[in-house]
Amino acid sequence: METLVQQVVNAVSLGGVYAMLALGLAIVFSIVRLINFAHGEVMTFGGYGVFLALAFGAPPLAALATGVGAAVAMALALERAAFRAMRGADVVTLLITSFAVSEILKVLFQNGISARPVPISLPQSWSGTWRLGELTIGVAPTVSIFVTLAAFAGLTLILRRTTVGVAMRAAAEDLEMLQLLGVRANRVVATAFALSGLLAGVAAVIWTAQRGSVDPMMGFFPVLKAFIATVLGGLGSLGGAVLGGFAVGFLEVMAQAFLPPALAPYRDAVVLAAVIAALLARPDGLLPARRGERS
Amino acid sequence: MSVAALEVRGLEVRYGPVRAVRGVDLDVAPGGVTALLGANGAGKTTTLMAAAGARRFAAGSVTIFGRDMTGADPEAVVRAGVAISPEGRRVFASLSVEENLTVAGAVVPDRALARGRRAEMMERFPILGERRRQLAGLLSGGEQQMLAVARALMSGPRLLLLDEPSLGLAPRMVDRIFEIVEALRAEGIAVLLVEQNAALALEVADRAVVLANGAVAAAGTPAEIADDALLRSAYLAA
Repeated sequence: METLVQQVVNAVSLGGVYAMLALGLAIVFSIVRLINFAHGEVMTFGGYGVFLALAFGAPPLAALATGVGAAVAMALALERAAFRAMRGADVVTLLITSFAVSEILKVLFQNGISARPVPISLPQSWSGTWRLGELTIGVAPTVSIFVTLAAFAGLTLILRRTTVGVAMRAAAEDLEMLQLLGVRANRVVATAFALSGLLAGVAAVIWTAQRGSVDPMMGFFPVLKAFIATVLGGLGSLGGAVLGGFAVGFLEVMAQAFLPPALAPYRDAVVLAAVIAALLARPDGLLPARRGERS
Repeated sequence: MSVAALEVRGLEVRYGPVRAVRGVDLDVAPGGVTALLGANGAGKTTTLMAAAGARRFAAGSVTIFGRDMTGADPEAVVRAGVAISPEGRRVFASLSVEENLTVAGAVVPDRALARGRRAEMMERFPILGERRRQLAGLLSGGEQQMLAVARALMSGPRLLLLDEPSLGLAPRMVDRIFEIVEALRAEGIAVLLVEQNAALALEVADRAVVLANGAVAAAGTPAEIADDALLRSAYLAA
């Protein structure tokens, strides 16, 4: 029982990170049709933001905020420098552009900072546990769950209640029509990138706080999982991305915890087999994106 | 003489090697209605989209209320006082009626003014008020057309580019749409009306231009165009 509860907390926590990354990918994809392979480096940069802030003596919470800000700044810089010029190009061209950006950033991290992991030392108490009756539960995963929920609630409010949020949903349906109405499309697209950076920054902070180090590949693997999550959920569907993220996180943690030792090395294969099975049953994903009717 | 709402001169638009629009001249008087007629593929929509800043043109000029807007993008054209209800209506289907209007209100710098206009639109088109929370994709064709017009009016335009508003609508709805065009003119909003339904368009217009194969085949008053039997049989099929 105790292990099960702990594993569920871990699964929701890890799934939340995947879900935030997947949601960031989906927000950008839904508007500009960009499958952003450089999203992992946005997350990594957020991790380095935490590292550098701590190195300059910032208090821990300020360092985490710096990490989030660094990811937002990186997402906006990539949009401005690399992706704005490619607006309207076909999906493959955009994909290859994002590969190039991703590789450039990785090399910059390796040569500019370090190819090896750099340590992030946060207060001991953060990695402690708390007790719920008989159960012992980690503080970090618990906090990360609440942070994730707050991020989703905030994003939902933005998309439902603010003009720029409604404009982002309109842009996902018909960007040209939005421009015909005179709405400044660049601002809407930049906002989408900023939000995807914000989510990647929060994911980076949770990730680094739990793992205690940053390296140039830090963002790569979680974002890879997030890609799987977006496809599982339905490419371009925001709700699908969140659902897919939690599903992949859940499968991964449960496979890790409950697979017999002989099968443990095949954890990722087992998880991906489950994803493939789900896609065979629902080829458009769990919650497919609604596309607007266009004549 | 007051300055024209829209003045297009020598417009030429190419799609690759195809010259879709060839040397089109077109005027909309301030507060007037110009009907742009012609068969399918004659270049009506391309001309309208070029005036809206949404198509690059190879040659020619577009002047809006006396300002040269040649090569301007749609953002600038809207800020010069032009709004568009495009072909196919293109309402945001996954947004509610109210949200469709909210998005268009984003171009109004004053938030309170934008909210006021949105309320005005829902009074002016009561069916939109009734369905404010409904998804625009679930509206009927006629309701979607009203939404497209209301959405265009959110920016407070002096010239409306209205593309095929009657297409696919029931006759009663078509009448309603044309009443709206009349009402807009009464308010002093000029309209460039692209229509396949030539008879109706000629009723509301004070000027008409007929396109054929991307070029102007005839231009004049509605009476002149309507009386030209050859023109009718050749291009208007009405």
